[in-house]
Amino acid sequence: MNWEPLILTFKLAVLTTFILLVVALPLARWLSTTKAKIKPVIETLVSMPLVLPPTVLGFYFLMAFSPNNFFGNWLNEWLGVKLVFSFAGLTVASVLYSLPFMVHPLQSGLSSIPRSVTEAAYVMGKSTWETFFKVQLPQIKPALLTGIVLSFAHTVGEFGVVLMIGGNIPGKTKVASIAIYDEVEALNYDAAHLYSFILFAITFCILLVVYLVNGNHFKSLYK
Amino acid sequence: MIEIDFTKTLDGGAGSFDLELKLALEAGQFTTIYGASGAGKTSTLRMISGLMTPDRGSLVVNNEVWYDSSKKINKKPQERSIGFVFQDYALFGHMTVLENLIFAKGKNDGTNSIDELLEVMELQQLEHRKPETLSGGQKQRVALARALVQKPKLLLLDEPFAALDNTIRFKLHEYLKRVQERYDLTTILISHEVGEIIKLADKVVCLEQGRINKIGSPDTVFTNQNLSGKFKFPGVVVKVEREEIISVVSVRIHTQVVKVVVQHHEAQALALGDQVIVVSKAFNPILYKLEA
Repeated sequence: MNWEPLILTFKLAVLTTFILLVVALPLARWLSTTKAKIKPVIETLVSMPLVLPPTVLGFYFLMAFSPNNFFGNWLNEWLGVKLVFSFAGLTVASVLYSLPFMVHPLQSGLSSIPRSVTEAAYVMGKSTWETFFKVQLPQIKPALLTGIVLSFAHTVGEFGVVLMIGGNIPGKTKVASIAIYDEVEALNYDAAHLYSFILFAITFCILLVVYLVNGNHFKSLYK
Repeated sequence: MIEIDFTKTLDGGAGSFDLELKLALEAGQFTTIYGASGAGKTSTLRMISGLMTPDRGSLVVNNEVWYDSSKKINKKPQERSIGFVFQDYALFGHMTVLENLIFAKGKNDGTNSIDELLEVMELQQLEHRKPETLSGGQKQRVALARALVQKPKLLLLDEPFAALDNTIRFKLHEYLKRVQERYDLTTILISHEVGEIIKLADKVVCLEQGRINKIGSPDTVFTNQNLSGKFKFPGVVVKVEREEIISVVSVRIHTQVVKVVVQHHEAQALALGDQVIVVSKAFNPILYKLEA
């Protein structure tokens, strides 16, 4: 049994989720407060990965990051980063692909905080920064949890984008979902079963925890 | 002394209108802003607190310029010394009552003592409770205490009692009066309730479509005459009965209903739910001590 694809999958999911949290918090805050005309366009772009076939995204990434093209070439020459068929490229693609799963819960959570609550903090002399971290974020804990878990689970479950941009390089880009496909192709059903079952069990547990916690079930259990 | 001079175009329910407000309030005075919804009452409070910016004008509080469009001065809400009480309480749900007050205190010196505020507002028993477990009246007491932690120069209350029933409302009036006198606060309250205004305010400003249409003491504004009665009780008409020669109007004052005899033509001018004042002049009241 080769554990490498599973380890790689979870490494990718953890890294993606962490980057998403950093990127999506300011974005969601901006979306929840802005009256800018460009807002619907940004919202549409954020939501695109929900409806586009992952292969479309993967294809465009492949084109953009390819060293034969301007952007890919620039990355390669100036930063020494190669995003095609590499773990770094996989991470960038995953972040964009899972963006709506982090932004949507955070945005709706932030929008649901009454305006007066935020304003009460401002009138008290609290800066925007302090208000965000001490008043707004603690009030959207369920939304944060949902965002983190959905992004994580969605990254674990991706296939099309990974295949297009990452390929199938053992130890670098061969994540569990690809490994399963590989094993089935090779008629290696036992290994496919094992990978599949592990992914099934882990994602089931993760999602169950979210529903339990957000459904206030935990509170009643420990009272 | 607070000098207000605001001009702003506001979007009301029936199209936009211009708010033009010139007003001087004495320090320590209790002022009420009265008017129909959409008259610009909340916008006025928001402009005083800096949460909304007027199109032009000025705001000077105790000789300190908070806003002046010609000099391009516009202090942020954070820099103005304001206590704001919102209609929906705006408590921080993840903090206990005590933590709400401590957060408001921040790192500032020269704040009111939290212990004292808890005592005055009778919140000691509730200090470790989360807001979600409190009743509406209790929440508003916390909000009022929290607004006072930073020793504000100005206390602004945006219809703080609108969502509460009468009994709780009357209790909160007492608390508000108590802190207003104790901390010598300049207070501006938005209210729809004439009874509440007569009870609490020194001055009432009636707003209509962004303009002041009446200003003065509550008595003169609401009754068009200077009432000098020994007894004045604001109430609400709950029943009008026409008898043979006279009419009997039942008025609810606080939680009691009293009957007042009036002429037919006077009764015709009254409808159920009208706010009225019951005044008595000529008689000497007699007091009876109640046996406990």
